[in-house]
Amino acid sequence: MAIDVPTVASTTATPLTPETDQLIERRIDALIGQRLDQLISEQVAAAMQKDPAKNKVAIIASKGTLDMAYPPLIIASAAAAMGEDVTIFFTFYGLNLLKKGGARHLQVAPIGNPAMPVPMPNIIGMLPGMTPMATWMMKTQFFAKHHVAPIEELLQECIDLGVKFIACQMTLDVMGIKPEELIDGVEIGGAATFINFANQAHITLFI
Amino acid sequence: MATTYQVDKTVDAKGQVCPMPIVTLAKAFRDLSAGQILAITATDPGAKKDVAAWAEKTGNSLLEMVEANGVLTFYLKKV
Repeated sequence: MAIDVPTVASTTATPLTPETDQLIERRIDALIGQRLDQLISEQVAAAMQKDPAKNKVAIIASKGTLDMAYPPLIIASAAAAMGEDVTIFFTFYGLNLLKKGGARHLQVAPIGNPAMPVPMPNIIGMLPGMTPMATWMMKTQFFAKHHVAPIEELLQECIDLGVKFIACQMTLDVMGIKPEELIDGVEIGGAATFINFANQAHITLFI
Repeated sequence: MATTYQVDKTVDAKGQVCPMPIVTLAKAFRDLSAGQILAITATDPGAKKDVAAWAEKTGNSLLEMVEANGVLTFYLKKV
């Protein structure tokens, strides 16, 4: 730090020794360092307060099975409970969650699913009635037994907490679902609607 | 318990699992005014970290967590 100490010193009776000079220089350097750190962290904190993406969560829900309906709704309700502004964009099979009464009828298939809590050989899993059985088992023996809220309850919690639901227009058409078949309060939009929101959200998830 | 708090509202989240304890907490907090204290009971062990995370994110204060016979009681103050 260049400071014109000798000039200042010349106005006083005693000139500064090189040691004193060094001491002053070091002290000033330290003070400036501290003050700068403080100013920068204040500026950064202020900028983060203004960050429009700070409190936004954008989720794509693309799965329509009982097990995979949980992650988007759990994350969304938790985020909304924490004060976040949450939007879930439902597409493809995820639209099943939004159909009136749809949440109650989601299923999980044991075939080709080696991760089931009670794995079932595929040759048995393919038999008629095995998917309803696996679904019943997951609902009663796993979720209900461990007091996990049913999908329809989590959907309602999301709605109560202000989570916004958007149904994908194109996949509604592809899957032959009419807007009136969806639960109330769902907006309809496309990919651009999602991107426009996700563009200002620090948390974006594809599930 | 080290401290006794002037609790303004009590909610029960016993038996609930993720994410319901913090959903219950968030809903209960809506009706409180600044400075008021809420006590919430829970049995989900995950609530220990989740309630603390909720408080940190929302800026409210987690005054204390008391664990007794498998029941967690959290005291939170609305900012």
